[in-house]
Amino acid sequence: MGKIKSWLEELHVKNSRVILSRSKTGTFFIGFFVALMSAFMILPVFYAVVQAFKPIEEVFAYPPKFFVKNPTLDNFKIVLKLAGNLWVPFSRYLFNSLLISVIGTFITVFVSSMASYPLAKGRFPGRQLISTAIVWAMLFNGNVTTMPRYLIIAGLGMIDTYWAILLPALASTMGVFLMRQFVISTIQDSTLEAARIDGAGEFKIFFSIVMPSIKSGWLTLVMFSFQGFWNSAYGNYIYSEELKQLPAVLSSIAAGGIARAGAGSAVTVIMMILPMLVFLVSQSSITETMSHSGLK
Amino acid sequence: MKAKTASLHKQARQSYLSHYAMLSPFLIAFIMFTILPILASMLLGFTDFNMVQLPNFVGLDNYVRLLFDDDVYMIALKNTLLLALVTGPIGYILSFVVAWLINELGRRFRVLFTFLMYTPAMCAAASTIWIFIFSSDTQGFLNDILLKLGVITTPVSWLTDPTYNMTVVMIITIWGSFGTGFLSFVSGLQSLDRTYFEAAAIDGLRNRWQELYYVTFPQMREFLLFGAVQSVSSAFSIAPTITGNPSTNYSTHTLVLHILDHANIRYEMGYASAAAVVLFLLMILAWTATNKLLSKVSA
Repeated sequence: MGKIKSWLEELHVKNSRVILSRSKTGTFFIGFFVALMSAFMILPVFYAVVQAFKPIEEVFAYPPKFFVKNPTLDNFKIVLKLAGNLWVPFSRYLFNSLLISVIGTFITVFVSSMASYPLAKGRFPGRQLISTAIVWAMLFNGNVTTMPRYLIIAGLGMIDTYWAILLPALASTMGVFLMRQFVISTIQDSTLEAARIDGAGEFKIFFSIVMPSIKSGWLTLVMFSFQGFWNSAYGNYIYSEELKQLPAVLSSIAAGGIARAGAGSAVTVIMMILPMLVFLVSQSSITETMSHSGLK
Repeated sequence: MKAKTASLHKQARQSYLSHYAMLSPFLIAFIMFTILPILASMLLGFTDFNMVQLPNFVGLDNYVRLLFDDDVYMIALKNTLLLALVTGPIGYILSFVVAWLINELGRRFRVLFTFLMYTPAMCAAASTIWIFIFSSDTQGFLNDILLKLGVITTPVSWLTDPTYNMTVVMIITIWGSFGTGFLSFVSGLQSLDRTYFEAAAIDGLRNRWQELYYVTFPQMREFLLFGAVQSVSSAFSIAPTITGNPSTNYSTHTLVLHILDHANIRYEMGYASAAAVVLFLLMILAWTATNKLLSKVSA
């Protein structure tokens, strides 16, 4: 009896759920260790950000200093000034970047999720072959496929149009594989069977059961693909100036020689802002989804 | 009874059709923009394609040259294997452990620490600090400290001395390994089925370490597999340029640098493609081994 009582004390109930009790000391040490790790990880980023606020003589001070003595916004002003003198207005590049990143992310997440469901739960012929092909394709080094892919895109007449960026994005192997793993580990076959017996079609099941259950999966994929689209210049495919995106124009601003070193750092900081916001929004929307275990 | 089986068959056939329909946008793009280019590169591996003239079929010449007539390739192969076998497992395990530890903290801390750990992956310029840390003169951060402590008497060329630069590349690689895999672990841990943890707690698990081993690990299997593919593919694709390209005596030359060198500088696309195919086979081997190991551990 005493034994039962002692393990009952180890369990504690939180929000009407039984969970294993955690020792406070353990949590403290875990927090301490993770904080140390994060500090180690963030320092180089911090240094890169500080660079952007240094006046030019501090950027080239030797030995380099970790902190800035006279912080200035000059580097950002230079970028703004140069951006104001462009042949194509700066807002156009920003618009292009936003357009491609938002549409591209939406397409990638939607198409990947939709493909992942049959790959995870379907019983059709070819399923195993496709899954293996996806993993193997991720293991093939992209540097030698650039040219054949360019020829295919050119052959389809898509060079210098946004199709050259958006259509290949449908084939996000990483996205499909990630979503497939989410479907396998969060959705039980019994839930799907029950829905089928109730007469739900596969598309209905996908939209009303699968998509809500793998929310933390697609929130993560939103992050990955937004970051990818936002940071790519697609220089091979797009040559019309008015179709180019931010990375193209910002890297040419930063590439203006030694005098632009500070501006280069400012560009890095500017480009980081939006992916970071997307990251924070998507990560904080991932709440514990442990409640939906289907049949109860 | 017969009517019921017939309707079940019909349902199954319909679900086939719907499943193919769901798969098709991805599949068509995948074949067009991924599979075809890969097959084309594999074919180019049997030619002498120089990107100007039409390719000529040369049989296995490229592979023979790779394996028997390219000393630099052999160095690159050795370096790649060493880098992959050291940084791959370390980065992978570290990503999982840190993701799990972060998950043990509350939601606010989880978002904060995940953000801090992942930020380097969002800021390409962050890696420039390593040049300053490992700078070869007396002012370099590491040299400065070691000189003051009296550990060394003359500054060390961390980046160009073949005795040290491999270790430097490993450190930087491990620092950079909190990427896609890490983030998938963090969100995967969030989506696990709570009921298993409740059941296990009632069944008498004593502490979080037991919970990690008996409940979390098997449940995380799919995410561990995803992370493993990412790890294998990035560990074998390390292309360090901080140590100079080419590095002193090719001391940190890798297969991907070799491929880039032949593809983009020497225009030997056929040869580069053959090298990529060998790298591909190596990665498949590593992936198969990892997969086997994982199914043993998290079964």
